[in-house]
Amino acid sequence: MDFGPHLMLAILEGAVTAAILALTAMGLSVVFGVMRVVNVAHGEFYMLGAVIAWFVATTLGAHPALGFVAALILAPLLVGGLAAVADMLILQRIGYDPERTIVATIGMLYIIQQGTLMTFGPDARPVAPPFNSRIPLPWLEWAEGKLSFYYPWGLSITSYKLFVIAAAALILIALWLFMTRTRAGLVMRATQQDSAMAQAFGIPVGRVYALVFGLGAALAAMGAVLVVPIQQAHYLMGHDPLLLSFIVVIIGGLGSLPGTVIAAVLIGVSDGVISVFFSPTLAKITATLAVAMVLVFRPQGLLGKKAH
Amino acid sequence: MTQKLIPPSGFTRRGALKTLGLGAGALAATTAMPGFIQAQSSAPIRIGFQVHRTGIGASYGRWYDRTSQAAVKRINDAGGINGRMVELVPEDDGTDAKRGAEVIEKFATQSNCDVAFGTLFSHVVIGSAPRAGELKLPYFVVSEGHHVASGMLNRYTLQPGITDVKSQVQAMAPFVAANLGKKVCMIFPDFAFGHDHRDYFSAAFEAQGGTINAMIAIPPTETAFTKYFPQIPRDTEVIYHVMVGPAVLTFVKELGEFFGPSRPELFGFIDSLEAVDIASPGLEFLEGSYMWEGNPRYAQADQTEYDKAFRAAVGVDDNGASVSDSRDISTYAHMFGCWETLNIIKAGMEASGYQGQGDRAALIEAVEAMSAMPLGMDHPQGAKIFNGKTHQTFGHQYITRVESGKLLLAHTTSIEDTLYEDEVDYTTRSF
Repeated sequence: MDFGPHLMLAILEGAVTAAILALTAMGLSVVFGVMRVVNVAHGEFYMLGAVIAWFVATTLGAHPALGFVAALILAPLLVGGLAAVADMLILQRIGYDPERTIVATIGMLYIIQQGTLMTFGPDARPVAPPFNSRIPLPWLEWAEGKLSFYYPWGLSITSYKLFVIAAAALILIALWLFMTRTRAGLVMRATQQDSAMAQAFGIPVGRVYALVFGLGAALAAMGAVLVVPIQQAHYLMGHDPLLLSFIVVIIGGLGSLPGTVIAAVLIGVSDGVISVFFSPTLAKITATLAVAMVLVFRPQGLLGKKAH
Repeated sequence: MTQKLIPPSGFTRRGALKTLGLGAGALAATTAMPGFIQAQSSAPIRIGFQVHRTGIGASYGRWYDRTSQAAVKRINDAGGINGRMVELVPEDDGTDAKRGAEVIEKFATQSNCDVAFGTLFSHVVIGSAPRAGELKLPYFVVSEGHHVASGMLNRYTLQPGITDVKSQVQAMAPFVAANLGKKVCMIFPDFAFGHDHRDYFSAAFEAQGGTINAMIAIPPTETAFTKYFPQIPRDTEVIYHVMVGPAVLTFVKELGEFFGPSRPELFGFIDSLEAVDIASPGLEFLEGSYMWEGNPRYAQADQTEYDKAFRAAVGVDDNGASVSDSRDISTYAHMFGCWETLNIIKAGMEASGYQGQGDRAALIEAVEAMSAMPLGMDHPQGAKIFNGKTHQTFGHQYITRVESGKLLLAHTTSIEDTLYEDEVDYTTRSF
């Protein structure tokens, strides 16, 4: 394959990764931004989203599109609800103490993961995409003194993958509007800036925390529902998204929403390009090195605010 | 590792009391011993079963468990071994090498097992076998890795119930060269299992006059594959794929989307799709492609009575799924190895007159002395020839073709196709 089309393919594939990653990392970032909680169980909420998507889609058994839409609504709701309950039953009881929170979320990680193994089982299970057609992509070529289009071998994407990118962008825009334009968003931002003061103004901080924790988990679940027709639901699938989300959130700046999106695109696309033209291991090395460099030279992340 | 075992320094009153208590307990145990030894001849034979209950191998573990339970039930229904019942002692290895070695240790030192048996994933076997050798615990693996026959392990580790990757891929090469094409692009996971394929298939295929025009190694944890496919040369006639792990469905789907309507021939190993329904959405692309299978998942037209009885005993239907849940697909190409290995342990114990743990060396010698294993209820997958020197068995391999979402038998190799020169003689090593 020529360099140009090959690069374009790598970028497109990277963009799909980036879209899912942005959603998942955003969940982690929102939770940290508002609650200052490092949620180690985040990847398992992602996994749970995928598993519920499979369950909903197979239980309905109707047209794949119907099952998918139902999953896209139900999975985030259920996962978000579960997370909110976990927050009220566990995290609030330990007063969000940083060390104990990490240990508690590690515990949640194992409970969710092994609970899924015991019920859903160890197999990877697919969900049919609502629509999926292969779209060959054209490429420009300078031939005989003029520009012409042609269809290079292997340069293609599927309509579903394009949909994933668009859907992720839409969800992120909706999240941004929610945070900046609604009363609930205002309350969240107030809690983020100073939870003691927010409480003094009559904001039910406890409920806001439960809501935010649920929202973070729901975002991960949405990412998972989008990805499950491409990948499959599997009880161990939460591990990689968790690591990558941490990488993205650290580079972008913990709690910074635009920073998270920028970092997700950076990591997703560079992972695609580097692993195609060099090696997948080098892509991982580069991402980890970027984390190290950010921590050394800009600990607050690309767009994060300095701690006071 | 050893550091962990060192207890915190300094004596405490509580610690001293504990030690005293343990000593008293041990004393009581010794005095009770004679009665126990007398009873031992009728006590059950304990087989430590190292099983992938959790971790990446859990799908295999579940079916290895079901198969082994069924095999033990059959042995016990027929009167056990040397008049003693057989008891499986399952222990989860988490599909993890370090945990695997700990499990072996537990079998030998705590749960009083006669032999250890089980596990599939090669890293767990390679991690566990040295410990089994040190503890002088016979360790029967069902792993299909070449590490047993390569001489890497020890006299206590045997693989009598399943063939190894080297003989499998070697037997595939003539079929691929004669029927599918001469220019092959190999796609394999970038770890020991994939490297076995890379090394042994390419050598065997080039001996058939074919060429390997590209080798694409993919990290085993990869979840997106399209970006690798441009490395497939355009003149490729056959793609040889052996991806493993939960992402294989994605792999096949994306391969289909990459090639669109015009694809080269495909030859794959069922390892990729064990426990996965061939009729899953996205796998339509495999229609007409060929697969290696250790044992055909779908009941074939010429199914033997033994295969039929084996399916019934384990609880697998004609489509290779659980009889109680048609969505629960078995790991049919591998799990027969557990059944056959347990029957070989039985035969070995009977031949050596196995009485107790003092007869472990005799058991291994008895198994080493085996050679021809005829097709039958003890070996429902097919006849085998065991090589006592390399501790490895050799048997028929099956090539099936995907036709209307089912795997239909296209070719059965002879055992001779799978033989290669010995690389080790374990019988010259001391016990």
